[in-house]
Amino acid sequence: MSSIISRIKKGQWWKFHGGIHPPQQKHFTYNKPIRNIAMPEELILPLKQHIGQKGELIVSVGDKVLKGQPLTQSHHPMAVPIHAPTSGTVKAIHDAPVAHPSGFNEPCLFLEPDGNDTWKKRVLCENYQQLSHQAIIDKIANAGIAGMGGAGFPSHIKLNTKPEIEFLIINGAECEPYITADDLLMREHCNTIVEGIKILDYILKPQHILIAIEDNKPEAIKAIQQASANENNIQVCVIPTKYPTGGEKQLIKTLTGQEVPHGALPNSLGIVMQNVATCFAIAEAVIDDIPLIRRVVTVTGKAVEKPQNVWALLGTPVKHLLTQCQYQPQPKEHLIMGGPMMGFSLPNSYVGIIKTTNCILAPTAKEIPNEDNEVECIRCGQCADVCPSQLLPQELQWHAKAKNYDQLTKYNLFDCIECGACAYVCPSQIPLVYYYRIAKAEIRYQQQQELKAEKAKARFEARKKRLALEKIKREEKHRKAAEARRAAMNSNSAEAQSAKSAVAAALARAKAKKAQTAEQQESSKSQENIVEKNTSDKKSAVAAAIARAKAKKSKTAPKVEEVVEKTNKPAKAAATQQEAVPAVDSKKAQVAAAIARAKAKKETQNKTTKTTKTTKADQTKSSNTTTAKPDATKATKTVTKKTAEKQKATSKKTQSKAKPAASTTKKVTAKAKAAPKRTTANQKVTKDTKTNDNEKTNNIAVTSAENAEIKAQKIKAAVAKAKAKKAAETNDANNQNTQESDKKQRIAAAIAKAKAKKQQLNQQQQEST
Amino acid sequence: MTDYLLLLVGTVLVNNFVLVKFLGLCPFMGVSSRVETAIGMSFATTFVMTLASLLSYLVNSYILAPLGLEYLITMAFILVIAVVVQFTEVVVHKTSASLYRTLGIFLPLITTNCAVLGVALLNFYQQHNFFESIIYGFGAAVGFSLVLIMFSAMREKLANADVPTPFKGPAIAMITAGLMSLAFMGFTGLVKF
Amino acid sequence: MTIVLAILVLGGISLLFGALLGYAAVKFKVEADPLVDQLDALLPQTQCGQCGYPGCKPYAEAIANGEAINKCAPGGEDTIKKIADLMGVDVQPLDESHAEDNSPKVAFIIEEDCIGCTKCIQACPVDAIIGAAKQMHTIIADECTGCDLCVAPCPVDCIKMIPIKQTTQNWQWHLNRIAITEIHDDENLDDSNKHQDNNKVKAS
Repeated sequence: MSSIISRIKKGQWWKFHGGIHPPQQKHFTYNKPIRNIAMPEELILPLKQHIGQKGELIVSVGDKVLKGQPLTQSHHPMAVPIHAPTSGTVKAIHDAPVAHPSGFNEPCLFLEPDGNDTWKKRVLCENYQQLSHQAIIDKIANAGIAGMGGAGFPSHIKLNTKPEIEFLIINGAECEPYITADDLLMREHCNTIVEGIKILDYILKPQHILIAIEDNKPEAIKAIQQASANENNIQVCVIPTKYPTGGEKQLIKTLTGQEVPHGALPNSLGIVMQNVATCFAIAEAVIDDIPLIRRVVTVTGKAVEKPQNVWALLGTPVKHLLTQCQYQPQPKEHLIMGGPMMGFSLPNSYVGIIKTTNCILAPTAKEIPNEDNEVECIRCGQCADVCPSQLLPQELQWHAKAKNYDQLTKYNLFDCIECGACAYVCPSQIPLVYYYRIAKAEIRYQQQQELKAEKAKARFEARKKRLALEKIKREEKHRKAAEARRAAMNSNSAEAQSAKSAVAAALARAKAKKAQTAEQQESSKSQENIVEKNTSDKKSAVAAAIARAKAKKSKTAPKVEEVVEKTNKPAKAAATQQEAVPAVDSKKAQVAAAIARAKAKKETQNKTTKTTKTTKADQTKSSNTTTAKPDATKATKTVTKKTAEKQKATSKKTQSKAKPAASTTKKVTAKAKAAPKRTTANQKVTKDTKTNDNEKTNNIAVTSAENAEIKAQKIKAAVAKAKAKKAAETNDANNQNTQESDKKQRIAAAIAKAKAKKQQLNQQQQEST
Repeated sequence: MTDYLLLLVGTVLVNNFVLVKFLGLCPFMGVSSRVETAIGMSFATTFVMTLASLLSYLVNSYILAPLGLEYLITMAFILVIAVVVQFTEVVVHKTSASLYRTLGIFLPLITTNCAVLGVALLNFYQQHNFFESIIYGFGAAVGFSLVLIMFSAMREKLANADVPTPFKGPAIAMITAGLMSLAFMGFTGLVKF
Repeated sequence: MTIVLAILVLGGISLLFGALLGYAAVKFKVEADPLVDQLDALLPQTQCGQCGYPGCKPYAEAIANGEAINKCAPGGEDTIKKIADLMGVDVQPLDESHAEDNSPKVAFIIEEDCIGCTKCIQACPVDAIIGAAKQMHTIIADECTGCDLCVAPCPVDCIKMIPIKQTTQNWQWHLNRIAITEIHDDENLDDSNKHQDNNKVKAS
């Protein structure tokens, strides 16, 4: 350690590998003082000007703000607030192009200056040494200070370090060509900078403070030396000019001989580095309560008539800066934000400058050609000679072009600081840094995807487990239920007996059905049999549906009367059609009934697609149910007509039964319908089985017809009842049921919409094929 | 001692099995697309060659020769080589599953590597004694490994380079192998024996 | 006689070596190698089923049994290359039967139309949809893999697949895709004032 200090004191520096000596081009702006420029008409402030997260807005459009007033805030450690650079009105807050090579839009705040430049109330700090460390760090954070050397890392995080700090290095190197912002700042404001360094000294308590300045800035060196003459532990280090000495790792190597290992931060070596402009801003913030609202920007390049350093308010549009320095528009406009080595071309000149903008470079086409003269790599190896990170740019280039991401990671692509020295020396003019940036972005993306894939896999596995568990539970439940049922059945209780008989009745019914269909198969075509089966099944299904619909109907909406009438019309038509058909055979009538039902359904559906949503809902819903009902009634009516000739007596019986059933409330009728159906069937069946075994088949046929009759009669009664009730309820329904039905309407509306869509799609498909 | 040294140098450089004798070209072309695979393959082949030449010498001198069955050497040596390769495969599978996977089919194909059988037979025809057989086998393997690794490094670079389309792939690999062979023939006259 | 001797000798050698090998096989026994697991690790885990298999693991198993390797659409060329390396087969271009547009997408439920039927929740292979019966459903964008298995079951067709937006955070330096603005009003300018085409390099 002492050897390092002794060497530093003697001015014996280390050397880092590589580096280049491009023409410095600082003579454009080097001998002019920092100028104040006119206020722009508008300030474009991106909400995020640093590495980290943007804060939340605390102003809105139309607010009047004072100079220095915070515009965003956040308690997230990586968020840094922005402040109003001048007093004015917030004109707009929306996405706009920002100073980023992609040209993408980011949220920006547009501030219209009012020309008064009124400050907010500031509280000056007499003696910052009376504040605690955390208080000062909070002040720095609230002043919106991020690293102004180019990276934009939130300063308060860098200062909030735990380990012992051996070296605090102040970076005044400014190695990049053209840029003289830090040079002029050091010359003009050396005292404030040294104040800022003293504040950092107070927070970090380093053992040594080194201010690094390249030897091409003699005035700045003198100024800083004078300003820091009274400080014991500040050492001004004059280092040889080389690009990129100002890089963090390179400067650490130059001054202390230590190398920051791959993936580590300098503070693991006990070193903290800050730029001189950041120190200046820290001093202003802590002592004068001035937040970060302006910075020195070098406007230079041969296309600018008056190249100079200017004090630019943050958010000043680049165009305004250029106009102030008398920029001459070029045939092919080429504007660079930053220096020629590490800057990026601005896709759009109407962007606001941000905290990390240290230079606007407007070269002529001859000065910095923007042509693509790339040719093949000749494997000269010059790039490896100049790389300050001791990488192999040639290998990286081959693998980057071949997209060999494994090899790139092996060759330490992520240690590349993108300084551009390799691209500068390449005789084939290959834009190496561009390829590395693409490769880095791609690798980062792949790493993100891998993480995502792992997460997705874990979720998928978890889901599979969950479904398997649920399945086992379900099966367990079924098994237990089955066992319980079996146990109940086998016990000698009355319920068990009735259950058994119910099961037996059901089985008998099934057998009867089978026998009936078998009988009919002998004497008719197979198609009609299927239809017969379907219709008989449909009838029972229809009856059940009607029961369900009835249960629901107590909640449905109004306007059903119309619908009922409408649906009755086609139903009636269908019925008349049916009656017109000279159907002698009951089966043919049933077939016709089925067809008619289908037709009626279609008609009503078509009608309802034309009407509005709510009515659609009601109509489709009720139409489905009511069409089913009238059709069923019509169909069964014909059947009953045929069979009534045979069984008038029994029908009278069932009619009487149906009447009392119909007189009860709707819900009960639903249940009662279901129950009496079964029980009557039951009784009938048991009667038959008890009485006449010889006539069993006939009786079964009779009973099945009777069942149909029963159902038909019941349906008829139910329909009539429904009609009556609806007529009575139309007025009430409007008032009472809207709320309940609203939701159902919407649901039904949505389903209907989707159905309509699907129908349309089907139609389109049919048309296309 | 110097004899053995000369034998070794001669086998590795002067009479390199791959580039001068043109034996063992199959794995030479097949495994040399990546340096890691090449290194793995060279270890496996060295092990096989040395052990196979040792065992074949033993089989020949203690079983076949005393019984006058020298005409069976081809079959016997193949048997020995197959067993050694199978053994190597099992060992590699156990120790380094990734190497086993990357070598894939080429590991059992060492059996058909004519360099291995060639070493065994050449040992017989040149009537080497026990130590000479081992050194000959080892030298052949070292020569094979040297050339294989060099070639794979070159092929890796070629994969990224801008090769004209008619030459891409195996074509440029063959040309490179030919040029290497020319280069190695420059070693002729290095050792006189 | 010599023939019999020859046969005997060779047979003896074979037996000896066979025994040696048998011993070695037992001593150096290796557990069944998890080729399927390695293949599964290369697949993108979207569980979308576009390859024809119900998930990525079944497709990995199929590949291990000889299935074609070019069926994974979300994986793209990169995955095919990796699988080819692993399996020792040739790289094949992606099966043409798959959709052209495989840019990363995320599902989005239009909440006004959602009816709370839970059909999409049942369909999602990674449980990226929150909701319950008759409650609003929504998609956890971070967990969504863009497999679009949820779009079909929705009875009201309220799920859309939207491409993931490019921001400055995930921008991949496609400089030649920046929108170009042309200004024609200045007579002094030779060409149209193109701001972009800077670093006009071979696009990758």
